[in-house]
Amino acid sequence: MAPDHIVFWVFAPISVGSAVAVLVQRNAVHSALFLIVNFFTLAVFYLVLGAPFLFAVQIIVYAGAIMVLFLFVIMLLGVDRDESLVERLRGQRPMAILLGLGLAAEVFVTVRASIGLARGPADFDQVVNEGGNAEALSRVLFRDYFLPFEVTSILLIVAAVAAMVLAQERERARTRAEAEAFQVAGPGGGVRT
Amino acid sequence: MRTPISYFVALSAILFAIGTVGVLVRKNALVIFMSVELQLNAVNLALVAFSRMHGNLTGQVLAFLSMVVAAAEVVVGLAIIVNVYRRLHSANVDDASLLRW
Repeated sequence: MAPDHIVFWVFAPISVGSAVAVLVQRNAVHSALFLIVNFFTLAVFYLVLGAPFLFAVQIIVYAGAIMVLFLFVIMLLGVDRDESLVERLRGQRPMAILLGLGLAAEVFVTVRASIGLARGPADFDQVVNEGGNAEALSRVLFRDYFLPFEVTSILLIVAAVAAMVLAQERERARTRAEAEAFQVAGPGGGVRT
Repeated sequence: MRTPISYFVALSAILFAIGTVGVLVRKNALVIFMSVELQLNAVNLALVAFSRMHGNLTGQVLAFLSMVVAAAEVVVGLAIIVNVYRRLHSANVDDASLLRW
C-alpha cells in the first residue's frame, strides 16, 4: 500500500466526520472547533497532492486567521441560548438531506464517467514543482495571472473598508417604514434600531 | 502518488454536499456561514486535485485566489451578521424576515 494511500484513508474519514460534526453540534463554538479539524485535514490533502505552499496558507489563513475571526464573533454575540427547533417549512430537514445525498451522487457519477481512475503525471514534483512549489507557483501567479492577483488586492482593501463601515456604531436616521412601525407598535415595540 | 485523483474529487463532493445540507438545515447564521466555508474548502480541494491531474499549477493558483476571496467574504459576512444581531438581538436567520412577503 502506497504511503499516500494510507494518508488518504486515515484522513478522509476524519475530514468527513468533522464536517458532519460541524452540522450536528448544538453549540456554535463546538462547530467552529470541528471546522478547524476539517481545515487541518484538508491541509494534509494539499500536502499529498503536491501543494505544500497551499498547505501552509490553509493553516495560517483558514485555521488561523479566519477561525479566530469566527470565534471572536461567536463570543461577541454569545452562544449560550439554544437554537430553536421550530421548523418554519415542514419537511425541510429531510428534504435537505435527501437533496444533499442526490448532489453527492450526481457528482460521483460525473467523476466516474469523466476522469475515472486517472492518476496524473508521476513526476509532478520534479517537473511541475521544479525549484520548489512556492517558486513554481509564484512563476505562474506573477506571469500568467498577474492581473487577477492585483484585482484581489483591491478586493481586500474594499473588504477592509466595508468591514469598518459596517461595524461602526452610529446614530442612524430612521427610515419611513421604521418610523411607521414605531408609531403603530409604540415605543419599545417593533424593531429596535 | 498512487491514489487516483477521483478519490480526492469524490471526497470534495461529499464535503460540498455536507456543506449544502448545513446551509439548508441550520438556523444559526454563524453555523450557516461555517457551512459555506466548508463548501468553499471542498471546491479548493477539487481545484488542487485537478491541478495535480493535469500536471500544471493553474488549479493551485485558482485555489489560492479563492482563499483570498474567501477571507474577504468572511470579513464582510461576519460584519453583516454582527450588524443584524445588533438590530434584532438574534443570530437566527428566521428572525430576519423584514423583506418577506
